[in-house]
Amino acid sequence: MTTMWRNLPLPTHAPRRATDEAYLASVVSDLASVRPEQPWLLQALIRLQLELGWLSPQALDLLSKASGQSQGEIRGVIDFYGFLTTQPPKAYRLLLSNNLTDQWLGQGNNFDRLSSLNNLDLAYTSCTGLCDQGPAGLINGLPLTRLNDQRCQQVAETIQASVPVSDWPGEWFQVTETIQQSGPLLELRPKPGELLASCLAMGVEAFMAELKTSGLQGRGGAGFSTWKKWDSCRSETAPTKYLVCNADEGEPGTFKDRLLLAEYADLLIAGMTIGAWATGANQGFIYLRGEYLFLFSSLRAALKRHQTAGLLGQNILGVAGFDFDIDIHLGAGAYVCGEESALIESLESKRGIPRLRPPYPISRGYLNQPTLVNNVETFCAISHLVSGGAAAFKNLGHEGSAGTKLHSVSGDCAKPGIYECALGTPVSDLLTLAGAETAKAVQVGGPSGQLILAGDFDTRLSFTSLSSGGSIMVVGPQRDLFDLPANFGAFFAQESCGFCTPCRVGSQLISGALGRIKSGQGSGRDLETITELVQLNTYASHCGLGHTLGHPFQQLMALQPGAITGKLTADDGPRFSLQAATDEARELAGNRP
Amino acid sequence: MTSERAFTLDDTEVEFEPGDSLLTAALASDRYIPHLCAHPDFSPHGSCRVCLVEVDGHNRPACTTAAQPGMTIRSDIEPINVMRRQLLQLLFVEGNHFCPSCEQSGQCQLQATVYTVGMTDLHYPPLGPRRELDASHPDLLLDRDRCIGCELCVKASSEVDQKHIFSLGGRGTHTQLIVNSEHNQLGETDMTPDDRAAHICPVGVILFKTGNYAQPTGQRLYDQQPISAIGNHRAEDVDLPPTP
Repeated sequence: MTTMWRNLPLPTHAPRRATDEAYLASVVSDLASVRPEQPWLLQALIRLQLELGWLSPQALDLLSKASGQSQGEIRGVIDFYGFLTTQPPKAYRLLLSNNLTDQWLGQGNNFDRLSSLNNLDLAYTSCTGLCDQGPAGLINGLPLTRLNDQRCQQVAETIQASVPVSDWPGEWFQVTETIQQSGPLLELRPKPGELLASCLAMGVEAFMAELKTSGLQGRGGAGFSTWKKWDSCRSETAPTKYLVCNADEGEPGTFKDRLLLAEYADLLIAGMTIGAWATGANQGFIYLRGEYLFLFSSLRAALKRHQTAGLLGQNILGVAGFDFDIDIHLGAGAYVCGEESALIESLESKRGIPRLRPPYPISRGYLNQPTLVNNVETFCAISHLVSGGAAAFKNLGHEGSAGTKLHSVSGDCAKPGIYECALGTPVSDLLTLAGAETAKAVQVGGPSGQLILAGDFDTRLSFTSLSSGGSIMVVGPQRDLFDLPANFGAFFAQESCGFCTPCRVGSQLISGALGRIKSGQGSGRDLETITELVQLNTYASHCGLGHTLGHPFQQLMALQPGAITGKLTADDGPRFSLQAATDEARELAGNRP
Repeated sequence: MTSERAFTLDDTEVEFEPGDSLLTAALASDRYIPHLCAHPDFSPHGSCRVCLVEVDGHNRPACTTAAQPGMTIRSDIEPINVMRRQLLQLLFVEGNHFCPSCEQSGQCQLQATVYTVGMTDLHYPPLGPRRELDASHPDLLLDRDRCIGCELCVKASSEVDQKHIFSLGGRGTHTQLIVNSEHNQLGETDMTPDDRAAHICPVGVILFKTGNYAQPTGQRLYDQQPISAIGNHRAEDVDLPPTP
């Protein structure tokens, strides 16, 4: 049986080895032999990045020889992913989460405080999925939580004193999983193999009928019928089919998959194995976002347990020919890879550009074979519905939205954390539970989701009225609503893949105009620019990222235009900033203000 | 009588062959739809979005939309042309497209498309690209500031020349052309001026170092007839290096 990535030890940070060719050659040949029949380049790059702190010219040369791809192509892949770099590293690399919730907790001050340290590479990154314990960041790939003023000062002093990250206090890295309200899914603790065995006893036809009856819809936010997707995959006749768990939880404000991956891996693995059994998939992947590297080891241990117990591997539960195994594939800092066809490109070690569709992944996905992609929570919901039966599952929901939904609640609330609620729960109920009764708004489903103002808090969280992939960011009464489109505009500009014109260029111009308005220098012309380009993206861009990047602006404009127009200056003159125009000259002259 | 394999393009019927995209079928019938990244010799790309059309009320790129019998396509209508102008404006402000001083003026598909679609100003603030200029090759120059990311040179070099000289790197607005060599330099490759890749660029990224003004501006391909009349790919034929 092929060795799997997950069986390799996690590397330790050791920049000095980046030019040691004998050492690198041994690492590269190990990496290349792991699964030679599948694209391995990106996983090798990620592991070398972790091992070396950068991708040195020597490493690139060896990778190029081992993979048969040119150094140029490899650099093209590296450049696409935010966590990979060909620049020699400083002793520390700290990526601060730039999500709205982190900013509200003082991330801007953290950035300023740390920016003067000369042994630190400091940059912003998109939401790290630690919004309930922010401000957060990633130091040499590992999460730092609760970076309040005091902690940040300590971090600055520790970096200044050149203390190795391995000697930093453990509590700085502590990621806490807080379940504020559990429901039937989070209370589910089946014995290993129990759910799969009950499916096997039921038979595939009966199981598929149950799945259909349950009305389960994909938990990623789009709400596609899981039964339909699985049924299509079943009817594909290719000898090899793949099953992929999308654990690239990148939508800002979402961290419920973090909990499931950390503490409910058994439910996830059971759901995936049931999926493989029902659809005939032979190989599974968990695409784990690079931000969740800290979950790699526990996830690997869970897979190992299942393998040892005969619940993964060959002849699962003694059923001849029921072969299925799961490998972990790490991401490396690219939000767009949460889109399923971009995710598949990334699995194939390419730049994560969303594919043209059709064909859809279900017929031609990974390596052009049928590929079933579902979210972490969807696979866990499979376990839930198998455990309690389709009828009970359906009864939990509301008007056609079946089952429960996990919500990651953060922002201005007394009790941030995970809430499991029946689908159809009104926003107001969730806010009451979270101690956020005074909220003036919530952003539901992240930047590409919906802004809900206080007057509409009776809206139900369900697939028909207000769909959410699981992000609930609470906006307290003290906040400026314009913070939302401004922050989200910068997010989309950062994360656009760059493939199509309207999103690649438009997201930059929109973000620039929003920034000018936020700083009080925006005019009616900026408003015009945003309006035009948002509309252009809705109609003309290549994928969902472009289609939705204007939502935060459009929704605020529709719901509370004063929050935008009130910031405009009356001056519609030329967009000239003396400061910006002379920045370069001052930088060259070495006298930055 | 409507043919079984035909769609309607701006009120006129266009016949198509099985497997045709809307753009392929339209061009085969001498019906022009503005486009930049699409090329008849290569698989459709769908990145520039300039061939945007209205398909039964929905906006789609003509190059990646399969022709179906009975479709109603609207292309030369104001809402679509407004978006095309915006897309071209975005390409202009993202790069450095200063036509009066450009060697390609008059044989540049971007410039010619701009004239045909009626874009008359930049409208948006220029972003000022800072991409590396590569003069390392004896005969060719790479001016990346003009790149529109169509990947035609990537495809031509790998599929026709079998040299695989180019890739795209970076993400978002940092996307740029990469040379597949050790130091990202064209001079390190075996590219020659008669490679297909040296002629395929619809703008002016891949330039010849000499002979660019053998034919004066004002008398060039698109100075004589609009791109809508003579099409995109005649530009490749005139874009030849001078005989020494």
